[in-house]
Amino acid sequence: MLTSSPRLRSVVLRVAQSIPVVVGVVIISFLLTRALPGDPAVYFAGITADAESIEQTRVAMGLDKPLTQQFFIYVGDLLQGDLGQSLSSGRSVAEDLAKRLPASLELTLTALLLAIAIAVPLGVLAATRPGTWVDHLCRVVVTAGVSLPTFFTGILLIYIFYYLLGIAPSPLGRLDFIYLDPDHVTGFYLIDAALMGDWETWRGAAKQLFLPATTLALFTLAPVARMTRASMLTALSSDFIRTARAAGLSSRTVLFRYAFRNALLPVVTTLGMVFSFALGANVLVEKVFAWPGIGSYAVDALVVSDYAAVQGFVLAMALLFVALNLVIDLLYTAIDPRIGFSSK
Amino acid sequence: MTDSLPKPAGKAQGKFDHIFYVLRANPVTMIAFGMFGLLMISAIFGPSLVPFDPLQTNASNALQPPSWEHWFGTDNVGRDVFSRVIVATRLDLSISVAAVALSFVVGSVLGCIAGYWGGWPDIILNRFLDTIMAFPLFVLAMGIVAALGNTIENIIYATAIINMPFYARLVRAEVNIRRDAGFARAAKLAGNSDMRVLAFHIFPNTLPPMMVQVSLNLGWAILNAAGLSFIGLGVSPPTAEWGIMVAEGANFIVSGEWWLAVFPGLWLMIAVFTFNLLGDGLRDIVDPRKRT
Repeated sequence: MLTSSPRLRSVVLRVAQSIPVVVGVVIISFLLTRALPGDPAVYFAGITADAESIEQTRVAMGLDKPLTQQFFIYVGDLLQGDLGQSLSSGRSVAEDLAKRLPASLELTLTALLLAIAIAVPLGVLAATRPGTWVDHLCRVVVTAGVSLPTFFTGILLIYIFYYLLGIAPSPLGRLDFIYLDPDHVTGFYLIDAALMGDWETWRGAAKQLFLPATTLALFTLAPVARMTRASMLTALSSDFIRTARAAGLSSRTVLFRYAFRNALLPVVTTLGMVFSFALGANVLVEKVFAWPGIGSYAVDALVVSDYAAVQGFVLAMALLFVALNLVIDLLYTAIDPRIGFSSK
Repeated sequence: MTDSLPKPAGKAQGKFDHIFYVLRANPVTMIAFGMFGLLMISAIFGPSLVPFDPLQTNASNALQPPSWEHWFGTDNVGRDVFSRVIVATRLDLSISVAAVALSFVVGSVLGCIAGYWGGWPDIILNRFLDTIMAFPLFVLAMGIVAALGNTIENIIYATAIINMPFYARLVRAEVNIRRDAGFARAAKLAGNSDMRVLAFHIFPNTLPPMMVQVSLNLGWAILNAAGLSFIGLGVSPPTAEWGIMVAEGANFIVSGEWWLAVFPGLWLMIAVFTFNLLGDGLRDIVDPRKRT
């Protein structure tokens, strides 16, 4: 599929486009590390530091050099995967983040799959049956969904499902202490437990995951449903659909083969924005459910003024987001019916 | 709802007729305006209206469920939750209004320059905005507050920075399409300077879509600021603020004292909901075609 030349060219072009964005992200995160009020060396030396150890930190971090030189040192460190040292955990920030990243990814991706699985059919149904209860439901969900603070939804769900109904496990982390952590393969507990064939643990992990994933999904559902509905309405009212109908194609073919495929494109484009919201909301959800991901790591680091950890987190999130956007755009070229249509 | 609208009234009847017409056709917007009024009243007069001092502790009356005396119950040190929720309105709205105003002004200026003159300022601005948007916005706000220091002002700056790209892009697009419009050229020929044409002839045209953006954005700014204070940034504990009240109440939710977190959260939700509905309503008034 990738061998057809227009597709390949657009893929290469898109990958090249993300390079200046990455450069910009690195510049901004460098500025953030150096924008600390007062002297960064004082912060990084720690609270108990005296004048001598502050000076040592300054030299060790290269803070006595000019800013441009500092920037190149920073980039050099980044290329070696060095994000600095975390004051609170005592380990390197990159190590901490790498250890906690699978937990965050598992939560975010599950939530997004859940949101898409609900929002896309809902949007399609609302667009094909305007004015019915599905349409009204879609409108309510869309407006309420963007107004709900994720941290509030999470707390509400905990109250209802844990305290009142007692069907959810206590909102503390990824796995109840009665289970052993599955062997580390991917870091995704659901996949790891499934690989081990340990369905007891799998069920335990799924139970823990359910409430936080639902919380995040409720938040990300709204923009996806809204976009699906709007773009499906546009597609259904366009000329090629009328032509397809007039040509006597079955309503099934018209709906899925022609309308849905074209309506999917703007939806995929909005996924970028949805990811931005989801990664931000992820921090709040992790805090509410004590989920041991990189979001709660950053929040804990913020509380104790562990700046290297916070800045490392911000940079990691930005790079992750750039990568996700790249994947989304590549997906876009893959499903765009106008590229390589004749080969079908 | 949108499909069953009858044919709009004639143009000659004027703008206000059109506004009333749209409002009548959409009672939800009317409700939103009513809720907006209530929020404004509690923001302006709240501290003098509430029955209790929001900071007054009373250990003998702690963790009481909602009652006639304490409508929203009392918290773990005996403060009246209702008074705190109402008083918090002013702080929450001030933060988001200040942030949105800041991004409006900065975004307008940058967007005008880039849209009117084009060239390298345009290229640089676009690159800069792309870079900001390359961050997950809430995460960037966290990073900014962490870097600048943990104060309410920095919450405002952070929220303003992450909202600014939306305004700058909107203004840039609106200014750009009118740069060579007939009325702009006529104003130029009549001897107005570039600055004057830009400020008094072109920029006012961007205001209707900008107002819609402001209204939709306010809700988001409130959510964002409350989220930041939920994770412990900006507002410090004794102050009444919705985000931090939810955070404090979260510790009691697992033992069943739901009113501590639920009421401030509910108020936060209502405020965001109001601004989102207002934004949708304003969009109906400004641009009826964009209704979804």
